Amino acid sequence: MVLSRNWLTDFVNTTDIDIKEFCDRMTDTGSKVETYENTGDEIDNVRVGLIEKIEKHPDAEKLVVCQVNCGEKTLQIVTAAKNVFEGAIVPVCYCPQNEKRVTKLHGGTEIKTGKLRGVVSEGMFCSIEELGLTTHDMPDAATDGILILNGMDAKPGDDIKDVLMLNDDVIDYEITPNRPDCLSVIGLAREASATFGRKLTIPTPSVKESGDDINKYISVRIDDSEKCFRYTARVVKNVKIAPSPLWMRMRLRAAGVRPINNIVDITNYVMIEYGQPMHAFDYECIDGNQIIVRTAGDKEIFRTLDSQERELESDMLVIADGKKPVGIAGVMGGENSEITESTKTVVFEAAMFLGSSVRITAKKLGMRTEASSRFEKGLDSENTLPALERACELINLLGAGDVVSGIIDVYPVKKPVATVEFEPDRINAFLGFNLSRDEMVAMLTSLEFRVDGDTIYVPSYRDDVRCMNDVAEEVVRMYGYNKVTSSSIVSAMTQGGLTPKQSFTDDVHSLLVGAGLDEIYTFSFMSARLYDKCGMAPDDERRQSVEIMNPFGDDTKTIRTTLIPTLLEVLQTNCSRSNPRVALYEIGKVFLPRDGVVTNIHGLEGSLPDERRHISIGLYKAGDFYTLKGIIENIMAYAGIDASYVAVRNDPTYHPGRCAAVTVGDKCVGKFGQLHPTVAGNYAFDAEVYIAELDLEDIYDLSDMVKKYTPMPKFPATTRDFSFVCDETIEVGTIESAMRQSKAGKVIESITLFDIYRGAQLGEGKKSVSFSVSLRASDRTLTVEEADNFAEKILANVEAKLGITIRK
Amino acid sequence: MKEQIEKVRLSALEELKNAVDIEAVKVKYLGKKGELTQLLRGMGQVAPEERPQIGQLVNDVRTVIENAINEKMTALKAQETERKLRSEALDVTVPGKKIPVGHRHPLAQTEKTLRDIFVGLGFTVAEGPEVEYDYYNFEALNLPKNHPARDTQDTFYITDNILLRSQTSPVQVRTMEQTRPPIRVISPGRVYRADPADASHSPIFHQVEGLVVDKGITMSDLKGVLELFAKRMFGEQTKIRFRPHHFPFTEPSAEVDVSCFVCGGKGCRLCKGEGWIEILGCGMVHPFVLENCNIDPREYSGFAFGMGIERIAMIRLGISDMRLLYENDERFLSQF
Repeated sequence: MVLSRNWLTDFVNTTDIDIKEFCDRMTDTGSKVETYENTGDEIDNVRVGLIEKIEKHPDAEKLVVCQVNCGEKTLQIVTAAKNVFEGAIVPVCYCPQNEKRVTKLHGGTEIKTGKLRGVVSEGMFCSIEELGLTTHDMPDAATDGILILNGMDAKPGDDIKDVLMLNDDVIDYEITPNRPDCLSVIGLAREASATFGRKLTIPTPSVKESGDDINKYISVRIDDSEKCFRYTARVVKNVKIAPSPLWMRMRLRAAGVRPINNIVDITNYVMIEYGQPMHAFDYECIDGNQIIVRTAGDKEIFRTLDSQERELESDMLVIADGKKPVGIAGVMGGENSEITESTKTVVFEAAMFLGSSVRITAKKLGMRTEASSRFEKGLDSENTLPALERACELINLLGAGDVVSGIIDVYPVKKPVATVEFEPDRINAFLGFNLSRDEMVAMLTSLEFRVDGDTIYVPSYRDDVRCMNDVAEEVVRMYGYNKVTSSSIVSAMTQGGLTPKQSFTDDVHSLLVGAGLDEIYTFSFMSARLYDKCGMAPDDERRQSVEIMNPFGDDTKTIRTTLIPTLLEVLQTNCSRSNPRVALYEIGKVFLPRDGVVTNIHGLEGSLPDERRHISIGLYKAGDFYTLKGIIENIMAYAGIDASYVAVRNDPTYHPGRCAAVTVGDKCVGKFGQLHPTVAGNYAFDAEVYIAELDLEDIYDLSDMVKKYTPMPKFPATTRDFSFVCDETIEVGTIESAMRQSKAGKVIESITLFDIYRGAQLGEGKKSVSFSVSLRASDRTLTVEEADNFAEKILANVEAKLGITIRK
Repeated sequence: MKEQIEKVRLSALEELKNAVDIEAVKVKYLGKKGELTQLLRGMGQVAPEERPQIGQLVNDVRTVIENAINEKMTALKAQETERKLRSEALDVTVPGKKIPVGHRHPLAQTEKTLRDIFVGLGFTVAEGPEVEYDYYNFEALNLPKNHPARDTQDTFYITDNILLRSQTSPVQVRTMEQTRPPIRVISPGRVYRADPADASHSPIFHQVEGLVVDKGITMSDLKGVLELFAKRMFGEQTKIRFRPHHFPFTEPSAEVDVSCFVCGGKGCRLCKGEGWIEILGCGMVHPFVLENCNIDPREYSGFAFGMGIERIAMIRLGISDMRLLYENDERFLSQF
């Protein structure tokens, strides 16, 4: 809402209050000021001049030399303008050398002094453009010449800003949706009056009627009283369409509205002043002398004022005549009844429509208008008649036509006066205040609430006030939000802290950061493009994802079921920027669609997806497969999980020979490995990239966080080293299992791989794998013979199971 | 004889002065075949009455030489140690060996700071789904369908009644449905709005919401908690200021500014000369919201507050473009 302070002064006088203070205090009482400026800020040192004499320039055919009476002095001005004449009254900007003040024009135009073809010019005449105006603001002005002020209240020496009313403070308010009443000059005048304790004067419009009878012209019927609460109308005949006067144009301009003609300007003026949208129909275009407020026929086609064809639906409210719609209620009028240059008789409408209906209609038609955005917030039925009367008063004032006697006012159910129980003690307790009842009453009264005993009568325009909290807000904003004192909560003690799962997640973060990884945050949005890019098969079930109905582009169509695609995007960004070592992780949610209705207490339809936290890890030039595996093993060890690692050969994202699943029993809790070289090509990686994705929920569910002390061993361990020669295809883990499953299993304390050797002497496709095995019995020191015996059993089992022997 | 003994003494001491091989000197004079030992062997030629005196003299000289040898050895050892230490000296300005250290994301660090402050004030941490029912995100929060205030939050919809939550406030409702007062929770989390990304907007961002419900909770309590929070977060000198505002789920509602922690309120670039920085929204829980959760507003009252983690991280860390937070350039991440 843009407020002209000039306009505000019609209702409350605050002109002595400095603009900054005005804005600060209005903000403090709840009308938040975003910005403010003066309409004349851009212009300075431009005066009115009277051209007394025009002579030809001695040296230039297209120039003339003018003697200009500027009040205190006469200036010589050389101009090329063609529309000047002796006796013309024009805006003159002084050359800087003549005045100490800086001369300013719209757009920062700089005025140069000096001679034009040898003749001194002491100033310049201004066009409307140089004053920041358009022909909408000044309909009679020449578009390519000097602004002629003859006929206006302007005498030589006057400041042009006074003449053109370009000295208004314009304040831009952020009006919250609960206060549609403040989207008006009068609404803000009420707030200003209460804020500064100044008297508020809202004159009752008085209309001079010209006789005749409105009922001879038109009748109004409301067919849908659920959506239209009140419809008031007046008729104006002998209309003379013309530009509206300067003061009205300048106020509209200050409010950001383009002046059109007197009738349209009056409807806009009243909307801004009263907050009530109005409409004007050309009476000649209303068939059957009647207005019917009804819902539209299904698929009824209608052309709105902006010349667009609209297909209406049966739940949309229209204003119709005997035959056809002439307007979409609360949204926009129709082209078929538009005010034109030849309009002779006008029907003014001021009505109240159901906000949600207007909102739905405007949304469906994709045409949110100034009127619809006001109606949808809920307006005041009581305000329609005063607004209508004000419009007709302005018709009188502007001499724009004759107001036909009589008013049509269809108001099936009068809006009841809302009441709220007045509970000063409860309000004090709630706010932590200690105000007297009288103080509260004074504040409420200044806002036009009426307090009678224990009852507060709420003004009709304040639909937002319905309970104690609302009244408390009125009190606290008038008394001062910053007078609220601070206190400590007096309440039962509550036990703060994290849940075990939250602590577990924190610890996993610490482990990953400790492993040298930087945490990343990526978007949850996902798209088919990213799935394709990471090599995901077309039938991969992870492509089944939750879809967004109203994405704003292909990249926000769905939400993710895996963290890998966005991880790879981040790695690509880092690789393309030549970052030398990149080790990253993310703990983020994936969203797995779920079928079937999940029961909930409100019987809501549809089921929410399964939201699971996953861990992703990515290494670029920061380690290899086993670096990554080590990090994962650390997480598993922290969680107390005994995981196995099983080769995965068929995931297209991963290198078929360098990928493993992390399994616990039958459950796969994650996967990791080298990015498939083909997929790596999609991202233009210039080095091997290792990635992992683990399900943190599964890991937490499987974790065993109960730690207990085990006594340190009392007897020493003995180690035996073994080097097996076997085929490449035999996995280290398989040999390890065979060792553990031997009869020596119970004394094997640990098995440590210390070397894998490949060489010509072993032969093609062979390797030598060396382990150091620690043997320990809990009840005695193993003798050499016993240890050797156990070693034999280990070898025997490995040979029996895998057919491999130790390296000779 | 005496002269010979004296000669050995002098010669031994002289030799020790520049000796490198002390052991050799020791052998030469004190060894089995050493000069002093030889002299003792020659005792036979000494008159018997002089023998004790000469014997004593030889022993004295032996002691003198032994002491001298020990001293010399200690000195040489010290020299050797000194030389070794000197040779081992390092250039301490050579950079240390790098052990890679990872970093929490600046948003995670900010969230953790916020969380720790409130956990210290007796709050628990509640979480809720990011894909949420319209009911929890809007309706239960006093924002019925087709309410104009919904326009302030452009929302991504999954179906007509399921959406990507546009705020963390639905967690308030879920918490109040599941627990009875006294309630003190914060709910940090990810939220979604259909705003294209630019320097100060992102379709995905993070909030922390707080909720306190109990008997006799007042607006002063709200201010007290937020003041404590502001001091912990931005420094002991920090002041807060309330400005009236409107949120459908609180009444009265306020926007809260903190005094600028860079200039202390004098006005600087960070606070755009205002001396204050807008930091959060808050208010007293709307009775309609309490009723929706079966909490009697005549018996209980409460307050709620919410803030953007991105905004707080950006002003604290001096980050001017929100997109940096989601780009995840390693050179950015490793700064925090």
